[in-house]
Formats: sequence, C-alpha cells, structure tokens
Amino acid sequence: MEINYEKVGLKVGLEIHQQLNTKRKLFCHCPTILRDDEPDGEIVRVLRPSLSEMGEVDRAALIEARKGKKFIYQFYNDTTCLVELDEEPPHPPSEEALRIALEVALLMNMNVVDVAYTMRKIVIDGSNTSGFQRTIFLARDGYIETSEGKVGITSLCLEEDAARKIEDRGDAVVYNLDRLGIPLVEISTAPDIKTPKMAKEAARRIGEILRATGKVKRGLGTIRQDINISIKDGARIEVKGVQDLDLIEKVVENEVIRQLNLLKIRDELRERNAEVVEKIFDVTEIFKDCKSKIIQNALKKKNGKVKAVLLKGFAGLVGKEIQPGRRLGTEFSDRAKVIAGVGGLFHTDELPKYGITEEEVKKLKEFVNAEENDAVIIVADEESKVDRALEAVIERAKEALIGVPEETRRALEDGNTAYLRPLPGAARMYPETDIPPIIIKKEFIEEIRANLPELPEEKFERFKKEYKLNDELAKKMVLSYYVDLFEDLCKKFKNVKPVLIATTLEGTLKEIKREGYDIDKLEDRHLEETFKALSEGKIAKEGIVEVLKGFCEFPDKSIDEILEIKGLKGLSKEEVEKIIEGIIKEHLNVVKEKGEKAYGFLMGRCMAKLRGKADGKLVNDILRKKLKEI
Amino acid sequence: MNVGDVIRVETDKGIFEGILLPSTNENIITIKMKNGYNVGILKENVKNIEIIAKGEKPKYELPPLNIEKNEKLKTISILSTGGTVASKVDYKTGAVHPSFTADDLIRAVPELLDIANIKGRAVMNILSENMKPEYWRKIAEEIKKEIEEGADGIVIAHGTDTMSYTASALSFMVKADVPIILVGAQRSSDRPSSDAALNLISAVLAAREPIKGVYVVMHGESGDTFCYLHKGVKVRKCHSSRRDAFKSINSIPVAKINPFTKEIIYLQEVEKSDNSKKVEINTNLEEKVALIKVYPGMDGEIIRFYVDKEYKGIVLEGTGLGHAPEYIFEHIKYATDKGVVVVMTTQTINGRVNMNVYSNGRELQKLGVIGCEDMPPEVALVKLMYLLGNYEPEEVKKLINKNLVGEIEYRSRFDAY
Repeated sequence: MEINYEKVGLKVGLEIHQQLNTKRKLFCHCPTILRDDEPDGEIVRVLRPSLSEMGEVDRAALIEARKGKKFIYQFYNDTTCLVELDEEPPHPPSEEALRIALEVALLMNMNVVDVAYTMRKIVIDGSNTSGFQRTIFLARDGYIETSEGKVGITSLCLEEDAARKIEDRGDAVVYNLDRLGIPLVEISTAPDIKTPKMAKEAARRIGEILRATGKVKRGLGTIRQDINISIKDGARIEVKGVQDLDLIEKVVENEVIRQLNLLKIRDELRERNAEVVEKIFDVTEIFKDCKSKIIQNALKKKNGKVKAVLLKGFAGLVGKEIQPGRRLGTEFSDRAKVIAGVGGLFHTDELPKYGITEEEVKKLKEFVNAEENDAVIIVADEESKVDRALEAVIERAKEALIGVPEETRRALEDGNTAYLRPLPGAARMYPETDIPPIIIKKEFIEEIRANLPELPEEKFERFKKEYKLNDELAKKMVLSYYVDLFEDLCKKFKNVKPVLIATTLEGTLKEIKREGYDIDKLEDRHLEETFKALSEGKIAKEGIVEVLKGFCEFPDKSIDEILEIKGLKGLSKEEVEKIIEGIIKEHLNVVKEKGEKAYGFLMGRCMAKLRGKADGKLVNDILRKKLKEI
Repeated sequence: MNVGDVIRVETDKGIFEGILLPSTNENIITIKMKNGYNVGILKENVKNIEIIAKGEKPKYELPPLNIEKNEKLKTISILSTGGTVASKVDYKTGAVHPSFTADDLIRAVPELLDIANIKGRAVMNILSENMKPEYWRKIAEEIKKEIEEGADGIVIAHGTDTMSYTASALSFMVKADVPIILVGAQRSSDRPSSDAALNLISAVLAAREPIKGVYVVMHGESGDTFCYLHKGVKVRKCHSSRRDAFKSINSIPVAKINPFTKEIIYLQEVEKSDNSKKVEINTNLEEKVALIKVYPGMDGEIIRFYVDKEYKGIVLEGTGLGHAPEYIFEHIKYATDKGVVVVMTTQTINGRVNMNVYSNGRELQKLGVIGCEDMPPEVALVKLMYLLGNYEPEEVKKLINKNLVGEIEYRSRFDAY
C-alpha cells in the first residue's frame, strides 16, 4: 500500500537532544562521565508537587495530591557533588557549553536572543533531584536544507540532562546522579517535514551539524530524538526515544499507518452505532475452573478477580491490525499495563484460546449480555488493579469512537510505537533566580561566527585533497560516526596511509560485526592502540583484523596482551629474514629447479608463516633479494 | 505599558510576542514567550513596541478549606517572621508569593490536619539576615500573646541564617510551659524538593509534645528521612546550603523526629511541661555587646573603639582553649578597667574554653576575662546581652559561666562531636 503523504496531510516535527562533550557539567564543575562501578552512597528524597496546581478543597483529595514520591539517588564522592544532590545552589553555566550551543545555532541560521534566562521546568518523576530541570532558551527562527525543502528550526535550548534511572525498587525509584547535569542542546524543528524520508534526512542533517562542532558526545544514549507526528483528522503524537536514523523513517511510516487504521476503525464503529458500556462485570465465577495459566495465577492472588467490560459493536475490530503486529486490542492492553500495572488482557476477538474454552466464552457473553456484534474485554489480577485496568480500557475504547487520541508514545525496535503517557500540557516553567540573566553580546556572536567549524561538504573536499580518499570513501568518512577518530588517527600516525585507516573504520569494523563480533565493546583507545602498533611495526596491516577481533573479545586487555593471545607477537626485520632464509633452504631443490620462477611458490609459503606478523611488501622485498643472491 | 501586558516587540532579530515581566536591568525588556521561556531584549535593539492586550491582575487566592477544629488535637500557633514555609508560584511571571494563613499552610502541608489544629499568622516580614534584638523582643511578645490565647505549642518560621541567634534570645527571654519550636528551610518552598514540608511537620509534632523550652527543628541528614530536635542554645548553622546544616554543638540532639510515622525518639532528657500554660517574658536586652574574632596580627584598637562607644560587653572568639595574642592585652585591660565585661569563647566552636591550662589563659584571667565554658560564640553574645540587660556587671561576671537555660553542659560527651 503506497501512502500519499501529502494527501493524508502528514506533518512531522523533530525534537533532538544531544549531549555535549564538555569538560564540566552545565551547572557544576563535575566531570561529564558515566560510571558503572558501585556508588559511594545513596540518599532518599521525597518530591512533592508544587502548590500552584491545586484547587482541591476536599481533605482526602488534598492529602493525596500533596503526597510526595520517594526516590533514591546514588552518588560518587569524586565525580558528583552537592549541586547534583540539590544541596548547593547551581554554579554559573559552563561557558564552553554555551559557546558550543551558539555555534550550533549559527550553523543552523538561527537568531540568537540578546538576553537568555535560565528557567526551571517542573519535573517530579524523580529524574532531577530539585524537582525541576534547568533550561536556557538561546535561539530561534533558523532553518536547515534537505533535498525535499527547508525545515525551520524553531528553537534551540541549552539544558541539563536528567539523572539515569537504575531500577524500580517497588516503594522507591533509584537514580544514579552521574548523568544529571551533563549539558544538552535541545533542537526543535517546525512541523515542516512532509515525508518519512524527509524526516530521516532532516535528522541526519542536524546530526551532521552537531558533529561538525567536534564537541558532542558519541555513543548510545548521547543523542535522543523525539518525533511529533500528525495527519489530517488524526492527532499529534509525540514518539519518544528514537535512537537510530533508519528507525525515524520507519516510525513515521508506521505511525501514519496506525492513525489511518484508527480512523477507519472509528468510521466502522460509527456505522455500527457502537457504544462503550461503562460498567465493570465481575465474572470470576465463570473462570474459576479455567485452564488458562494466566487466569489461574491471578485467582491465586489475594483478592484475585476476573472482570469484564462490554464494548457494543466492537466485534472483529478489537483484533484488527493497526500497525504491523499490533492491534486495537494491543492499544487497550498498553493503557491497562501502564495505568494499572497488570500483565495484559484478553478480548473475545482472540478467544477461545490460551486455555480459555468456547464454553467459557459463551458463558461470559451471556453474563454481560453481549450480542453478535459486541466484544468483551477481560482482565485477571488483584481486584484493585483489575478495576483500574478496565477503567483505562473503557476510556481508551471511548477514544476509539472519536479517532486518534493525543498521546506520548515510546518507540519500539521494529518501528512500531506503544503508549507511554498522555501528551504533556504546557510545561510549567518559572525563572531560576539563582542564576543571573546571560547577556549575549554581539561581539561574542561575531567572534563565534568567524570561527565556525567546518561543515560536511567542506570536509568532504578536504578529505579528498588532504587524505587522498576517493569520492566514495571520503563521503562515507565524512558521514561516519568515526569521523573525528579518523582525523585523530591520521594526525597521530603519519606513516599509516589514511586510506587504510578509513577502510578499517568504515569497512573492517562492519565485516567483523557481520561475523558476530560485538564492536560496541570497541573504544577509541582500542583503535588508537591498534594503529600505534601498526605504525611502530609491531603488527602488519594484515594483523589489524585479528587485533580488533581480539579487543572485541577482551576489551580490557592491552595491545601487547592481545598480540600474545592472537599469536601476532611482532617480528623484527632480522627475524623475518631468518624465517625466509629457512623457507628457502627447506625448498632449495625447487629453487634450483625453477630458478626465479620459484618466487610465486615461495611467497605463498612465506606468507603462510608470516601473515599478520609482517608486512607483505617487506616479505616480498626480502624474498626477491634472497633469490637474487643465490 | 505595565507588567503583565501582552506585547509585541519588533527588533532587528525579528518579532517577539509575550507577557511583559519585571526586569532587574533597566536596559532589558523581559518577556515570557508562549513556549514558557523567558527572553530578554536589549532596548537598544528595539524598533517598535505595541501592546496587544492588557494584562489581568493576578489573583493568588484559592477557595477556603473550611477546616473544622478537632477537639482531640492540640492547638499549635505557627508564627512567621518572614521565612516562607509555604509559597505559591505564578508560572506566568515566575514570582514566588509567600503565603501564611492556616489555610495556606494546610494546603501546602495537609499532613498537619492529622497532627494539630493550626493557627497561622505572620508577625513580621524580616529577612533573617536583617534580624536584630528589637525583633527578638517582638517575637517574644507575640509568643506570650498566643499562649495566653490558648496555644498548646508555638512554631516560629524563621530564616536559617540567624535562626540560632533568635533561638538563643528566646531561650533566655521566654519562660513558658509549652514548647517553642523554630523551623526553617534550606531549599525554597516553591520547589518540589524543598525540605520545608518535612521540617514543618516535624516542628508541629514537636510543638504538641508535653515539654517546655525553646528548640530548633531542621533536617537530620541530607535525605528526606528524619529531622532533629535541637536545644535552642546548643545549635548552630554549620553549612551554607546543605539540608542538614544545623548541628547540636557540644551536645547531642534532644530527639529524632520521623515526619512520616510521626514517631519521636528522645535522645536525652527534656524538661516536662506541667500543663499550667504559664508564660512570662523578660525582654530586657543590652544591645551594646560586641563579638570580636581573634586572629594573628589583629589590631587591638578595635576593643578601645567599642569601649569608647560605651559598649557594656565584649565577647572574644579566641583561639584554641580561649587564647588571645599578648599584644592586645593592654587593650583588654583598658576595657576591663572601664568596667566592660569581657568574656572568652573559642573559634573552634566545639570544645570547652579552659584558661587554666596555659599561661596565656592565666594572664587573661588576671586581666578579668571570664571563660564561657562550652557555649558557642553566638550563644555567649546573646546571653551577655540578656545578663547585662538585667543585672549589674559584677553579678553578670558571676552568671556568664553558670548554666541558666541549658546553654552550658558541664559534662563533655564523646559522641557530641
């Protein structure tokens, strides 16, 4: 099915959050490193919602509304400080971070504000110890170019990253403070994007600009992309956490499909005069002898119940696919899971199945007075959870009669999305008065403009000229995740051909990944040590592959240890000569018989023994010399 | 053009629209944009401004709660001196509005409903750093009034900077048969992470106890787990910003309070109330008392300055066990010869002054300097003000190192440090 995106009125906006690679955090002087070792300690905090939101007069509602949530924060004495623990006022913002953010703004043709204010954005999910995120609006009204047209950049903000969630311990959520405060730029586009491909291209372009500064962090989790997607008659959906460029295109495609299908279902429901019955039926008795493992486990729980709701006119539609592999029933299930914490639900479009018999389904339908065209949803769990789950289902089913509900959704690996939470209202923000306004002088802007970093197209030309890369390799390298590393390695190891470095980073790594090696374990240091060894003659270029495989298997080992493990211990020129002399002696009769024509045969024998330990060219030179001497 | 108006500003960087906000810099126009962010525009860059809509006067009133009195609960009066235990944020302008009625307090901290009947009143609006003896007197008078009107306990909401001075002053000036609890917050009450709520709950829990005396309640540790009840004359703010900034000095806290379970665990004996609801105040304070920190190379002339200004008392914050350099001895003698009461404390804060150990101390005693035992300098300052306000100098010299309200403990606990 080919979708005409213009016809369906597709509008996409991107929101990109990129971590900056600064020496210190945005509002304190701690380093911007993440740790996986044991924290030095933990503290407990309770965050209470702000007073301004409440109009409750009822006593119980007031107490409930003001009840705080409990969080545990892990800290390190040497890399987190009192600021992250919300025990000390923030320090002045990192000037380095501010400069990088302004570079990005200028590269995207934006207008920088005269005076920037640090704001507090209320966040009480615990991801910030203070209960708010500090954020600074710096620029607006920019644009980038894509092959399908201009994309407006409506805002660029400099803000602090949130704390890392570690686990949910039941009565408290645990966060680690190492990530809290790492500077982020938040870039928002206008909803100018009209196709999935354009969305991917815009994201790629923004990524290129960010990397051009040379000051953004690399690695999983350092860039996060949220996508706002809407179609005519549909709704604005915010999809969070898209990490991969290719996934952007897929997510947009699948979201359009989902919304179109929800609209079709709505039309069908209306035609049937469908109705959601707002009553929860206790059908525990019907299922007390049920063979379903899920139901049996639920009934063993304290206050375990099976309950049902009746959706008149929904038959055949609950099981209808709205995204590849996901159905309307999955949407109901998502809501129930998120809101009530149940494991899932059953619906009559998929029954009898899962140990639930036709007889039980029949009794169920009779009990709730379901007709041919009706669907029934059942949930089994502890009673209070079941009730909340079915209330959520009722709510979502009513939304199905209207069309597409506005939601925040989570991106899945296959390009589908799942419900996360309602779309947030306007962020509640007020000034961070602990930090003075930032006056951004024209001279400062002009100084940055005069020193803007190189853009990809400029880099492309330079790579061809300076590093003698061909068009294809230069293009690949400019867009490569490893582009900065490439230049570092070329500068450090001038006796290594840039082409070799480029093909290793963009070719060899992909090959060994295909062979099953986990290249995510490779760090810059591994590649640096590899090329250093090559530069110093410790390994031949044929040995690079084995060394990198070794580092994948043993990331903590040193280069010498890897060479030992892989049997690639370096051979000196003298050693190579001896080995070659040995091989010649061993095959003296062949030499005598064939004369110089023995070269090919002997080269094969030499390389069989020396592969990876010595450069092929070196072996070739020595062998030819030895043959001439005879 | 007024704050709150919706304006459109034309600049060389495009058009900005938003709500006009107050600006601390007269060269900057500050507006709140639709996206919630504030932005500043230099006036020199403005081409044109027009008002799109007049702003509404913001209202900060919420419907009354109509709380009924619970006869089973004690009545606690919460008096504010200017600290904001509760506050409302106006997200439009960013202003934080202090609120201090019983309804406001209960709305902010509804847990109070289950603990006590609450009366709330602001008795002054003074930043803690602007506190002075005349305000201490007013607080004491207000306390007396509340108790006479039936309060079973008093909570004083106070800025943390000088809370320990006020706690000391009230300890000496007020003799009441109900607990008087000073409480504050290290994080402003507008933010979700504020310590104000737990501190206030704990203070009210302490205020309903059948005890008497003046105390301070603040966070016991960085985490939101428990609060300490500190004796008002044995507590000091020891950190500029941490939640657990307040420490008992040369003593351990009186009690540990769990605001979640409402449990109070006493760590030492306290004076019990006899239910008489008696209250007497003595607000006589001699204000001409100075606190001088001793340091190497100091010019003792500062002492003559105070003496010539007719100061009646001087607290020296000496080094070590209570020492001062010999080159200021002549100035100290000038003071004591003139009848000024000169007393010694230590800048180590912790530990007891003892001027018998070294010759320096012995010489100081010959000059008439009196050691203050284990009182922190701030407490000694306030005590000297109180004594000089009520007694002749000779009597003051006898009383300064005698315990009156718990300010001196004659046993030095190992675990107090």
